[in-house]
Amino acid sequence: MPTIVVLVKQVPDTNAKIMVQGDRVDLSSVKMVMSPYDEFAIETAIRHKEATDGTVTALTIGGPGSEKILKDAKAIGVDNIVRVWDDSWSDLDSNALQSILSETIQGLGATVVYCGKSAADTGAGSTGPGLAERLGWGNASNVIGAEFTDSVTVSMPVESGVAKINVALPAVISCDKGDFKVRKPNVKGIMMAKKAKVELMSATAPSSSINISSHSMPPAKPAGKTFEGGASASQVAQLLRDEANVL
Amino acid sequence: MTNMIVIAELSKGSIHASTAELVTAAHAFGGEPTLVVPCTDASIADSVKSLSGISKIIAVKSDVFDGNDSSGWASALDSALPSGTILCLATTRSKDVAARLAARRNISVVQDVIRIDGTNLTSPIYSGKANQTVSVSGEAVVTVRANVFDSAGNGGNCDVSVVDASGDVKTAVQEIMQRASTRLDVSEANIVISGGRGMGSPANFVHLEAVADTIGAAVGASRAAVDTWAEIPHSMQVGQTGKTVNPNLYIAVGISGAIQHLAGMRSSKYIVAINKDADAAIFQHADYGIVATWEEALPVFQEALSAMLG
Ligand SMILES: Cc1cc2nc3c(=O)[nH]c(=O)nc-3n(C[C@H](O)[C@H](O)[C@H](O)COP(=O)(O)OP(=O)(O)OC[C@H]3O[C@@H](n4cnc5c(N)ncnc54)[C@H](O)[C@@H]3O)c2cc1C
Repeated sequence: MPTIVVLVKQVPDTNAKIMVQGDRVDLSSVKMVMSPYDEFAIETAIRHKEATDGTVTALTIGGPGSEKILKDAKAIGVDNIVRVWDDSWSDLDSNALQSILSETIQGLGATVVYCGKSAADTGAGSTGPGLAERLGWGNASNVIGAEFTDSVTVSMPVESGVAKINVALPAVISCDKGDFKVRKPNVKGIMMAKKAKVELMSATAPSSSINISSHSMPPAKPAGKTFEGGASASQVAQLLRDEANVL
Repeated sequence: MTNMIVIAELSKGSIHASTAELVTAAHAFGGEPTLVVPCTDASIADSVKSLSGISKIIAVKSDVFDGNDSSGWASALDSALPSGTILCLATTRSKDVAARLAARRNISVVQDVIRIDGTNLTSPIYSGKANQTVSVSGEAVVTVRANVFDSAGNGGNCDVSVVDASGDVKTAVQEIMQRASTRLDVSEANIVISGGRGMGSPANFVHLEAVADTIGAAVGASRAAVDTWAEIPHSMQVGQTGKTVNPNLYIAVGISGAIQHLAGMRSSKYIVAINKDADAAIFQHADYGIVATWEEALPVFQEALSAMLG
């Protein structure tokens, strides 16, 4: 029976307006939500459990504020929720973050880890493959579908089309938006989630060698030129060649 | 300053032109790089021998580079690479390999870099709504977005040394469902023309394809188009839950410019919008906006382009 872990991360709502105050992004009045791809990871993890039995544990690294997304995961249907934190942590780089995750995942005895293909804040997508490397496991990224036996057979886009790939367990699988609906919490789930206990864990983190020095707004684009009417399209074609030099 | 190592980007078995941009990026970081070419046939390295600004070329030969298994790629590369700071292109596969290489060496990875100022690296965060600059101490693995740095020139003459390597492959391809169309993928193209719900029906995408064929573009779509019409596959979707593209030219047709769509294309060098609604948000991001229906604008556009390029 697989011990299934799904990684979730709290990020600003993707509709939120992002503001920089001084040289840091100010998130104090931004609504925080679970990163959108994590919903596909949770759905895939629960389908894995339904196909083979086992348990699903949702895991996040974060302060007390990140318990909300764990409760959300519980309401959707995971069995256990775990938060990993140490008050001395801030701005963890990928090396520190993945060290913490790999220690925790080993402690939980996981046989398969699901996560989103990237988190909506950094968009980096390093966690899945990096964690797999540390654990000595296989991984698949940008997964859009999965079938479960003793291993997991995933679908993912490759250069020439969509590949079906067999991933032996243990493995880390990073999920893209799949061609399926994700389940939403129901009333019973929400009630259970309210009462659910978040398990707190800690781990050792190496010091970071990547430090955030500043945040800034992207330079505003100079105002563009606007033309009225379909006939202007020929003028735009010319500008693309002669002014923008892109044809 | 650490050694600089550039890993050449592969596309369909040959070296992608953006590799020359990585050489420029390496110089911005602070040094002349060693260029590493992952390959199954070392002769592909001949195409980069004349790049200027590289100190040497190592062709790393292994069967693993024929496939997509990132564990295989990372272990084969790691065995052949000296220590140092490693740069590769921020493509789907290379970002995975970069993350694995960093983890293998217990160093950190910085993805999607768009500016390098010594050891200060800037990447977009929150889907491009802000930028983050980090300072790197010691070695790191860095992925760099395409179309950001100028290409290094030619005029060099580097020898190629060949190293055989084996990799630790952990996944097995069972089958590949070939893409039905032979069209360019949006994430590989220098020009992308995308259609949204405003196209009215999937059949009308032929008008986008006609323009695409004229200018060598890939055809993309908004999520509304992908979700509404089964004929438009998710592989065409640009945006937050689709692909991030960074072409020289992005043409949005019948697309309103929702924040999640912008997330996937706002860093394009030039943006053209065709939309019948003068107040559509996309116009705030367009270098050239055409307020008209596509029915009016596309035939004129197509004819002008054919005349210019034909
Ligand atoms: C979590 C999340 C993730 C998302 N991810 C993505 C994503 O990856 N990519 C994405 O695109 N969206 C994404 N969306 C959806 C996004 O919010 C918008 O709904 C979507 O981008 C709208 O697509 P559209 O512009 O084609 O359609 P609409 O917003 O309906 O716009 C259609 C436009 O066409 C114009 N039009 C109509 N007829 C014509 C005509 N004849 N000629 C010219 N113009 C015409 C209209 O004026 C209008 O501006 C996401 C949403 C959420 C919540």
